[in-house]
Amino acid sequence: MIEISVNGQVHRLDVEDDMPLLWVLRDELGMTGTKYGCGIGQCGACTVHVDGEAQRSCSLPVSAAAGTKITTIEGLSPDSSHAVQKAWIAEDVPQCGYCQSGQIMAAAAFLAANPKPTDADIDANLSNICRCGTYPRMRKAIHRAAALIVR
Amino acid sequence: MTHLAPLSRRFFITTGLSAAGGLVVGLALPGRADALPINAAPWTPAGDAKAAEVNAWILIEPDDSVIIRVAQSEMGEGIFTALPMIVAEELECDWTKVRAEYAEAHRNLVDGRPYQRMGTGGSGAVRRSREFLQQAGASARARLIAAAARQWGVAPAECAARDGKVTHTATKRVLGYGALASAAAKITLAQEPAIKTPDQFRLIGQPQARLDTALKVNGQAKFGIDMRLEGMVYAAVTTCPVFGGTVKHVDDSKVKGRRGIQQIVPIPGGVAVVADSFWRAKQAVADLVITWDEGAGAGTSSDQFRKEYRDALDGPAANAKRSGDVNAAMAKASKRIDALYEAPHVAHAAMEPLNATVHVQADRLDAWMGTQDPDGALQRAATAAGMKPEQVFIHNCFLGGGFGRRAVNDELTQAVIVAKAVGKPVKLVWTREEDMQHDRYRPQAAIRFKAGLGSDGMPVAWDMRTAVGSISRSLGRDPVTSGVEPSAVEGLANVPYAVANLNVDCILKNTHVPVMFWRSVGSSQNAFALESFVDEMAVAAGKDPYHFRRDLLAGKPDFLKVLDTLAEKGDWSKKQPAGKGRGIAIHESFGTIVGEIVEVAVSPKGEVKVERVVAVVDCGHVVNPRTVEMQIESAVIYGLTAALYGEITIKDGRVTESNFDGYEMVRFADAPVIETYLALSGGSKWGGIGEPGTPPIAPALCNAIFAATGKRIRSLPIKNQDLSGRA
Repeated sequence: MIEISVNGQVHRLDVEDDMPLLWVLRDELGMTGTKYGCGIGQCGACTVHVDGEAQRSCSLPVSAAAGTKITTIEGLSPDSSHAVQKAWIAEDVPQCGYCQSGQIMAAAAFLAANPKPTDADIDANLSNICRCGTYPRMRKAIHRAAALIVR
Repeated sequence: MTHLAPLSRRFFITTGLSAAGGLVVGLALPGRADALPINAAPWTPAGDAKAAEVNAWILIEPDDSVIIRVAQSEMGEGIFTALPMIVAEELECDWTKVRAEYAEAHRNLVDGRPYQRMGTGGSGAVRRSREFLQQAGASARARLIAAAARQWGVAPAECAARDGKVTHTATKRVLGYGALASAAAKITLAQEPAIKTPDQFRLIGQPQARLDTALKVNGQAKFGIDMRLEGMVYAAVTTCPVFGGTVKHVDDSKVKGRRGIQQIVPIPGGVAVVADSFWRAKQAVADLVITWDEGAGAGTSSDQFRKEYRDALDGPAANAKRSGDVNAAMAKASKRIDALYEAPHVAHAAMEPLNATVHVQADRLDAWMGTQDPDGALQRAATAAGMKPEQVFIHNCFLGGGFGRRAVNDELTQAVIVAKAVGKPVKLVWTREEDMQHDRYRPQAAIRFKAGLGSDGMPVAWDMRTAVGSISRSLGRDPVTSGVEPSAVEGLANVPYAVANLNVDCILKNTHVPVMFWRSVGSSQNAFALESFVDEMAVAAGKDPYHFRRDLLAGKPDFLKVLDTLAEKGDWSKKQPAGKGRGIAIHESFGTIVGEIVEVAVSPKGEVKVERVVAVVDCGHVVNPRTVEMQIESAVIYGLTAALYGEITIKDGRVTESNFDGYEMVRFADAPVIETYLALSGGSKWGGIGEPGTPPIAPALCNAIFAATGKRIRSLPIKNQDLSGRA
């Protein structure tokens, strides 16, 4: 049995050690906000926080997540009140929306480490793929969220 | 509506940990959260409706809130906001109380096609449905007024509707729509009301926040891949890496007896592994040892196809358009220029891999998925299951991108076959690798132009010829006996430039690689070639590319307005420093003209950085300016990815790229600043917006690279070009 903590709740799981955290979240726990995009850590649709750091859950074996504190999009805030979510709503960022859970989780962890990022910081640190091309709006939203957090 | 029993609500309840450890977690029903403008699963749960249906498009609840049905698919283009705006404009309801949900393909089938054509494509949602959606809203409003007038015993003409209420003007009596809806549904109008003209719009044309945003920032929005049904199992698939191949033998000794593996099911050209989790199914499918009969496509390559398409340009062709006498004019021309352009296959690569969840019962089939063609999906599922179409229910979900790929649902056929074989609800998901290697791609093309310029430098003769895969033939829809497929020559046959002697020829040539609609279809590769060649003609004539286009567009005010606005907003007349360049392109597709200027920087090492894109749009009228802006940004970046990196390479008959590590995408660092401006011509024009931003971006970028480096790019993608030491 593997014990993991997701959004403050502890789950005991009888799964293979090498089952990626992504599939534990989606198929075992039924938390489908975290998305499958590539399975090889390339696109970032599966991004969650592991002890506050953005991690691509498709490439993280569940055994490696044991003993950590995992936060998914469902646990980022109870009511979409995280600064990044508020900024995303204000800028009307999502289009198809499929990558956005991962984008928001990546941006939230990024801002926690870089409270006042420049555009160059964004380019260098955020590499999730969005096929709808919401990058210009995400960029604006990240700056807006940074301002909300500082305030 | 239907004699079949609705799905029970309990059917939606899923268990969390039962497969893993016996701890059952009841998850919330995907029912309606009252604060949200759309259900997470965008349909009204069966038996849950407390709303009265005024017509097939409009339901009104007792609290005056309105549910507006949407027949097209929300795949990011904003249709879940734009189409309800059109209905609400006429309905005169309170926009803050509007929710959207999908219309049902089943009802469309059994109820006389109230939703007409439900497919989403050709940037046509607004263009094809605006008038009848306005009519649906106006009709409902007139009947709500009539219901109030009847209750008060006054003439309808004495009443007015606004903000979800009917008022008797003289006595100031007021009734909310919620109180009138049931009565209004029963009223027959002697005459349908006239719909508003654009000068009367109050909601259409005003920027509105998207109704689906709130669901897409917290993980609640349900995509097909997120569906979970009681007792559901999972399937992963593999099909012959060479298109058209079949399975000879499957050795499953490595996966037999493995935890969670339930069944191996043959599907067309491949197999599915069914397991109690998708990961277990996916692992097992990769560990099958399959001997394939690779079929006729084995041994082919992109290099071979490239030569074949080039060679085909010298062979017989069908004529798509002819005016004047090209040969005679060419013979008299002062100057001649020829050029060959080539475009590779590219993948759609939507973020959500293809998937479908199917439950087959004795007398009904339910499928949850994201489809661009619910009507077609319904027929497809019926055929695959051997059931009557009336027994099939397609529950469309949010689409994690479409771009044309979800117009033909191969994954649904597979899911139906597997669900029938296992006798349980099945969620079938393609891996990213399957999705990339079994796409239906943008056709490969070779396009050749020959032009003759007069003594003034302007073209007097223009011969165009394309050799390209036929989408209709690839889909088995139409043999195209004329030899001319409209989508193959779109952008060429309707060239806007005034050239007296013009010839457009079409050579349709398919390989075993399946081809299909890819955002902007023929205009994608054709605009790249055409607008690059126009630049070549301008250079040959010694003219400025903007002014050269301007002269050729004389007498076309819509084009000129876009072009002039573009030159102004895009700083066309301002000089660029060394190593930088500005390129321009303009193209009309799906009823909309888009002009784009790209500013590019090319480093001494040959690295290309797209710094700024300015787009000017004439789609006639705009429903939601905000989503127009978003769609231009989206179309530009989608087209940039293809121009810079997009290339599906065939070797030994199969696709070599398999995932995003070998199929690069524009990410934050590559994404330019994008500015969108409107230059609307109004009138009777209602153009599309999902695709028209894509065609101009590749040529505008290539023209900018030419301006910066002097190197003309005639073959995509740009990553294959050595630009080092050129800037």
